Amino acid sequence: MLLDLDIRKLMRAGKQSFQLDVRLKTDSQRIVILGPSGSGKSLTLKAVAGLLRPDAGHIRLDGHVLFDAARGIDLAPQKRELAYVFQDYALFPHLTVRQNIAFPLLKGWLNPRRQQRHEQVDYWCEAFQLGQVADQYPHELSGGQKQRTALARALVTHPRALLLDEPFAALDQGLRALMRNELKELQHRLQVPMVLITHDPEDAAVFGDHVVDLREGRIAPAADVEQMNRA
Amino acid sequence: MNMDAWTALALSLKVAGCATLIDLVLGVAVGFLLARKRFPGRELLDTLLTLPMVMPPTVLGYYLLVLIGRHGWLGAWLQNSFGINLIFTWQGAVIAAAVVVFPLVFKPARAAFEAVDGQLEQAARVLGVSEAALFFRVTLPLAWRGILAGVLLGFARALGEFGATLMVAGSIPGRTQTLSIAVYEAVQAGQDDTANLMVLLTSFVCVAVLLTAGRLAPGRLLGR
Repeated sequence: MLLDLDIRKLMRAGKQSFQLDVRLKTDSQRIVILGPSGSGKSLTLKAVAGLLRPDAGHIRLDGHVLFDAARGIDLAPQKRELAYVFQDYALFPHLTVRQNIAFPLLKGWLNPRRQQRHEQVDYWCEAFQLGQVADQYPHELSGGQKQRTALARALVTHPRALLLDEPFAALDQGLRALMRNELKELQHRLQVPMVLITHDPEDAAVFGDHVVDLREGRIAPAADVEQMNRA
Repeated sequence: MNMDAWTALALSLKVAGCATLIDLVLGVAVGFLLARKRFPGRELLDTLLTLPMVMPPTVLGYYLLVLIGRHGWLGAWLQNSFGINLIFTWQGAVIAAAVVVFPLVFKPARAAFEAVDGQLEQAARVLGVSEAALFFRVTLPLAWRGILAGVLLGFARALGEFGATLMVAGSIPGRTQTLSIAVYEAVQAGQDDTANLMVLLTSFVCVAVLLTAGRLAPGRLLGR
């Protein structure tokens, strides 16, 4: 994946203001943006997904221009063919696990029906051991099951890249290690490019081929993940 | 005389039903607009639309007469362009009821839309679902509970509408005399039997509406 990110955005809230200024160019399959809360990493990921419009700059992914202020290009999130896994998963509470996963497969005005079967949905239920809970609603799931559902819903669309927002922050310690390994294995198997943002250096050590440090809206001199792994 | 009570009831249900239907469509649209869009004068619009809740119905009725009466600017236009006259018609009663009830429908709709987690809409966007589709697939199903509560309350209130309806539509038996107006007329005329029947009828209908509301418990609509 060739990600070319060069964005600036001024955020204002009352008298406070925050300047985001991120430049990043990498051809890594696994990018980790590491930073404390308030460093602007969520804003950066939202900008890539099209949920936040930068003031200036450009975002390119594998030669596709997602955003270019100078040329007046701003692709709608619907057109970017990305997948976004939110920190608290953003599963649709009124839909079952199966309906959630099938959600992006239907583009019309109606949700998938409860009984409706899709080969791909069955495949992902199987792959993520969600078969037992396929007809349950999100509020009935454990943390790990919620995350697997969110991942399945993201991957069923065959996205160009997987954007992960603090994927393990909502999990307890034991589950975190488990899901980290699961995601790592999955990523190796599917070879889907991913951008992961986290405050946890552990995540960076496990996933990052390319780790960048974000501090107060700017990228600090790059940390070398090989060194971090050896350390 | 008893037939009159049933006619009045049927008329009341028709007027309240039409008014509620209009308010459902407009209330959902306005509620969504106020909840999700930022535009100048947003809170002013909310305040203006809430006015019917606090203004005396007679004042509202007077405003409506000024607006849609034969010499009102909207009424004159309707009369000249389409030959439509709303004063002293059941359609006029529908408009009066719709205006009075509107705050009861759009306020809960706005609150319900505001309570929907915006992140779910963002998730749907990234998943490739269009804005219109995600409204019907995510936003509306999650806000439905609050909207329905407002609509049922609005219907009950529309059934009891008196002041504005009387000003706009008058009290023509069989045509614009709704149940609540008929009760007043019966009492004024000393027809206690008719009044008794109609009061019982009204109470029964109100209980039935509330029971229906209970049966339509939104949990079922959500499939839980």
